[in-house]
Amino acid sequence: MKKTYYDPADLKKFSSITEWSKELGDKFFEYYGKVFEEGALSAREKSLIALAVSHVVKCPYCIDAYTKDGLQRGITKEEMMEAVHAGAAIESGATLVHGVQMMNKYEKLSM
Amino acid sequence: MPTQSLHKRKNELANTEKQLEILSNGIFVNGELPTFKEKIAETGQFPLRPRKTEILQINVGYMCNQVCSHCHVDAGPDRKEIMTRETMQQCLDVIKYTGAHTLDLTGGAPEMNPSFRWFVEEASKLGVKDFIVRSNLTIIMANKKYHDLPGFFKKHKIHVVSSMPHWTKGKTDRQRGDGVFNKSISALKKLNAVGYGMPDSDLKLDLIYNPSGAFLPTDQASMEKDFKKVLLEDFGIHFHELFAITNLPISRFLDYLIASENYEDYMYSLVEAFNPAAVQNVMCTNTISVSWDGWLYDCDFNQMLGLKVNSPVKHIKDYNEDILNDRNILISQHCYGCTAGSGSSCQGTVT
Repeated sequence: MKKTYYDPADLKKFSSITEWSKELGDKFFEYYGKVFEEGALSAREKSLIALAVSHVVKCPYCIDAYTKDGLQRGITKEEMMEAVHAGAAIESGATLVHGVQMMNKYEKLSM
Repeated sequence: MPTQSLHKRKNELANTEKQLEILSNGIFVNGELPTFKEKIAETGQFPLRPRKTEILQINVGYMCNQVCSHCHVDAGPDRKEIMTRETMQQCLDVIKYTGAHTLDLTGGAPEMNPSFRWFVEEASKLGVKDFIVRSNLTIIMANKKYHDLPGFFKKHKIHVVSSMPHWTKGKTDRQRGDGVFNKSISALKKLNAVGYGMPDSDLKLDLIYNPSGAFLPTDQASMEKDFKKVLLEDFGIHFHELFAITNLPISRFLDYLIASENYEDYMYSLVEAFNPAAVQNVMCTNTISVSWDGWLYDCDFNQMLGLKVNSPVKHIKDYNEDILNDRNILISQHCYGCTAGSGSSCQGTVT
């Protein structure tokens, strides 16, 4: 029995998910590849967005993959950390904006 | 950051046989990854054969003023292998009749060879179409006797190709040594001042980008755009093209990969990025590499692995292009470095 749920070596096996559902797997990887192509946004910008989202969804595989992708694209560590903060700010903002709900409920229930 | 070559430190990787053994074992022997031979055989590209000799790349010595952590030559101030004038003369005799259109001088720091200027003067009389010197930039600033190199290069219409791993100081200095970034910037300004790299200038100045770590280079064109923007905006520097080169897993870069426990992942990245289209134009198919002592190799990397050409002609004194072109190119797993993604060569991508 493995001691952890995550194994870095599993990232290399990602494409094997198609083995148990070829059509859906193939469609997913085709879509995934298309998303990260150069478009209205540059591949570089998309890489930084992916890095920020990787942190927000707390996916260790994605963090490894997009840190490496950023290095390959010459993205600096300052740019990477700012992207992580952008993700973190939205995530904490999403928590804090519920404070308004709390305030509303508090006011409604109070005399 | 190393301060001495693997040779000087008597590191086991100074032994080329040890390097070849590592490249052939582990993940490549248990079937986890295909060998380079197996991989190119899948697309009917084995054995790898030369097309036509277009580039004569001459390594005039392993001595260098820098000790870069990724250096595939294991160059440094402690390396004493230097091409003699006699061997240079043998090279000149070949340059006279070769069909190659490009002469490419490399090292070490080629300028540190005491006969470097004589060799450039003599070779430039022979009418080579593209005469490249791979200059590490800091050499220009290293000592007063090198300060006039930009003018010397200009006089002989040398095409200068220089390394610049990143546009930030931290990344550059970690790979190439403290102070390298600032000195490189000063040297680039001196080259620009005599006309090198300026828009519309015939004095060609290209930069080499190679990753400072265990990752591959991506899109050469977008890297060039980034380099141009920052070097111009921050330092007022111009250059022509950026060549992205993949670090091959040999010598000091192999040492780094193993020590940092990145070797297997790096080899996986190279194999995953294998591009059959890059195999057709890989530089060993149009280049002959000459070592400081006149031996011939398929490329500078095979030279550093001690793999002499598989041909009856093995030395510059016996040079014969027809015989040389009828050979099988020697390969091992380091070759994956030249076929990853858009491919990699001393002239950048190959697809």
